[in-house]
Amino acid sequence: MGHKAKVTLIDERGLRHDGRRFDELRPISMQIGVLANASGSALVEYGRTKVLAAVYGPREPSQKFMVLPDRAILRVRYHMAPFSTSERKNPAPSRREIELSKVIREALEDIVLSSEYPRTVIDIFIEVLQADGGTRVAGVTAASLALADAGVPMKGLVAGVAVGKVGGVLLLDVDEIEDSMGEADMPVAGAPDLGLVTLFQLNGVLSEDEVERGFSMAWNAIEKIVAMEKEVLRKKFEAAGEEV
Amino acid sequence: MSVTPFKLPVVPHIRRQAYISLYEKGLRADGRGIHEPRSIDVKTGVLEKAEGSAHVSLGSTQVLVGVKIEVAQPFRDAPDQGVLVVHAENVPLASPIFEPGPPDENAIELARVVDRSLREVKAVDLESLVIRVGEKVWNLWIDIYVLDHDGNLFDASMLATMAALATTKIPDYEETEVGEILVRREGASKPLKINHKVVTVTIAKIADFLIVDPTFEEEVIADYRLVLSFDENLRIVGAQKTGEGGMKVEELKEAIRIGKNTALTYFKILNQKLAQGV
Repeated sequence: MGHKAKVTLIDERGLRHDGRRFDELRPISMQIGVLANASGSALVEYGRTKVLAAVYGPREPSQKFMVLPDRAILRVRYHMAPFSTSERKNPAPSRREIELSKVIREALEDIVLSSEYPRTVIDIFIEVLQADGGTRVAGVTAASLALADAGVPMKGLVAGVAVGKVGGVLLLDVDEIEDSMGEADMPVAGAPDLGLVTLFQLNGVLSEDEVERGFSMAWNAIEKIVAMEKEVLRKKFEAAGEEV
Repeated sequence: MSVTPFKLPVVPHIRRQAYISLYEKGLRADGRGIHEPRSIDVKTGVLEKAEGSAHVSLGSTQVLVGVKIEVAQPFRDAPDQGVLVVHAENVPLASPIFEPGPPDENAIELARVVDRSLREVKAVDLESLVIRVGEKVWNLWIDIYVLDHDGNLFDASMLATMAALATTKIPDYEETEVGEILVRREGASKPLKINHKVVTVTIAKIADFLIVDPTFEEEVIADYRLVLSFDENLRIVGAQKTGEGGMKVEELKEAIRIGKNTALTYFKILNQKLAQGV
């Protein structure tokens, strides 16, 4: 990590360094079915953050003992590509990646109808191709789309977004430079159709009021992102329907 | 890779029902209230070779924390700050569910939640840990050792970490002609400068209830746990949802309210114990 050049994070018009308002998402793009081998896949971009997710399964576990009698097991790997960061990231899994794999798995456990597939494993692999802030929450969105693309039954769709506090102001969908200069980062993910928050972390200092305001900013944005997910999935299945 | 736990003990349904019918009366299996933590014991200065140490019992959960101080190079982007490292070991003697080996995702999560709760609010004055700017600083190693696991490792570890830090002494040193730092662990020492005290409060969701300080069995039957970190001004200095279940949107507010009350209890006990110099 080197010293960052001074950037004005919020100008006199209240706009952020990339021209966004405080409660504005970066441009989000979503593509599904981007990998031939996977049961389902998705490529999700939040601005310059680019995350690829693939689902394999439900399938037989590679280790026979790794099963539950009443449901499928989820295996999640969140991993950053060595070229995803300014300085090359060592490809060996870091403590951060191990923790994030866990919180992302836990963001999906209550959503996937794993009881439909006892004694199997559903693998979810998330590769961060380009990291510019919000990689774990973009990873949850990509995983949700890849699961749906694979046809894995779910109770709802999940999406994520991070809210940051930068220069005393709550900002939606913080990017890397805002996060690195900010006072707090609060990643949130969940399924708005179910009213369930499935990932919630806070890294930084906030008042009770700021947590609540930040959370509702995140939740509104998550509703929008899930609507985008539905649109992308609907297009794919409509197109498939026309072919038949 | 993170895998759905498949070796956790099974808590029989009837036992879960028994817990829930107690919660309906506002009670727990051990007689306390649903928002009441177990009894807490804090002992500091329990290890002679560590620069700071504490042993905390939270009910029958036991955690030992040792703080070691060594000379190190600062990070390039923080030449004027000491280095803080938090590491947690779920040692196999502490529970039948712990296996020997490198820290698993649970131990890593525990260490990282404690680390963030300290780091973000600048609980430890890292700027006071500089020996020569850009060259030599003190490295603070916080090692969390879980000795007996009966649930709520987060709160017990945070209490033990805070108690250990509050009693940590920075050793004296001398500089050689070539600029090497010789640490004199037996000589005089000065206390570590603490800016803020921090506690975490773990709240578990079981059936329709949010309960404080879950035991291990309660953690097994819980939908999720929310770990909230507070400083002495009750600012929220960290949070982590852990566990497989989803949290209802309206539960966040309720959990913060319960968390604040419990944080006051924890601070009261921690400050009492530290004032007694135990």
